Amino acid sequence: MNKDNRLDYGIFITFMIFLFISRLIEFDLGMAMGENFYIFARDMVLILPPAFVIIGLFEIWVDRETIESHFGSASGIKRYIYAILLAATTVGGTFVAFPVANSLYHKGADYSSIFTYITAASLVMIPMSIMEASIIGIEFTVLRIGLSLPLVVISSIILNKIFAKLDYVLPSDV
Amino acid sequence: MQYLYIIMLILLVISFLFDREKTKKSIIRGKNKLIKILPGYLKLLVILSIILLFSEDLIVQYLGTENILIGSGVGLVIGSITMMPGFIAYPLAGILLSRGVSYMVVASFIIPLKMVGIVTYPLEKEYMGSKATIYRNIASLIVAAILTILIGLYYGEVII
Repeated sequence: MNKDNRLDYGIFITFMIFLFISRLIEFDLGMAMGENFYIFARDMVLILPPAFVIIGLFEIWVDRETIESHFGSASGIKRYIYAILLAATTVGGTFVAFPVANSLYHKGADYSSIFTYITAASLVMIPMSIMEASIIGIEFTVLRIGLSLPLVVISSIILNKIFAKLDYVLPSDV
Repeated sequence: MQYLYIIMLILLVISFLFDREKTKKSIIRGKNKLIKILPGYLKLLVILSIILLFSEDLIVQYLGTENILIGSGVGLVIGSITMMPGFIAYPLAGILLSRGVSYMVVASFIIPLKMVGIVTYPLEKEYMGSKATIYRNIASLIVAAILTILIGLYYGEVII
């Protein structure tokens, strides 16, 4: 275990002790943090294990050619459609999108596909959008998604141009 | 969320029928990847629990200002820094709207909430490297600002 990991575990354990003591002495601020913690932790505990099993299956089974032909630079405009479709169905939003994007990249997806994918994963998640439409209004949701997707694709194309020149590689072995 | 488990099970069964060894390798690969990044997620949980405590109050307090441009600016800043699950963010947006806060201001915090992730930076950096993380978030912030203005224009709340 490296030093950074030890620090992260240390922070987490200290925080858990703080939450526990807050509950014992009924410290309001600490108890409110505990409720927030529960909200996020519950999602992560439920989503991360199946998500990472699927990522594992993806990395072992899917060959490079398949990803290159759909998400690589040779795929043209279609790669943005694939990226957005994948994003819309990614459960867990960006938490899950980051590792998936990394795996896609190492299988031959280009920068514009993965930037589109990550950003779109936070914008067009289907369950979230349904909730938004029911509270704020369907007009707002349609407007937000309709306007944002072209902008996200354009910004990803610009980022792709920048990164293609940089000789930049994403971290591997994560 | 259940459908994630259903998909996983279907994929595992198909994988198992084709190749036992590969299925085992896949599960181990997934497990190792998760264990490797786990401290990153745990630290993020701590940060999110603390940040969420302040962001709700800040949003209710500052987004209701008379000045729509200041409201939107504050919305973009808070929305970029924090992260909120949808079932907290959208009811909050509903409360703001019922108090007469404009759609533009609501958009200003709802849009960057997930798109721009300052608190998720440590996690995103692990997978994307710091440069790609910073560039993507800056680009997303610009897109969020443009969207906020477009929504304001659409609802006739700002006029150029």
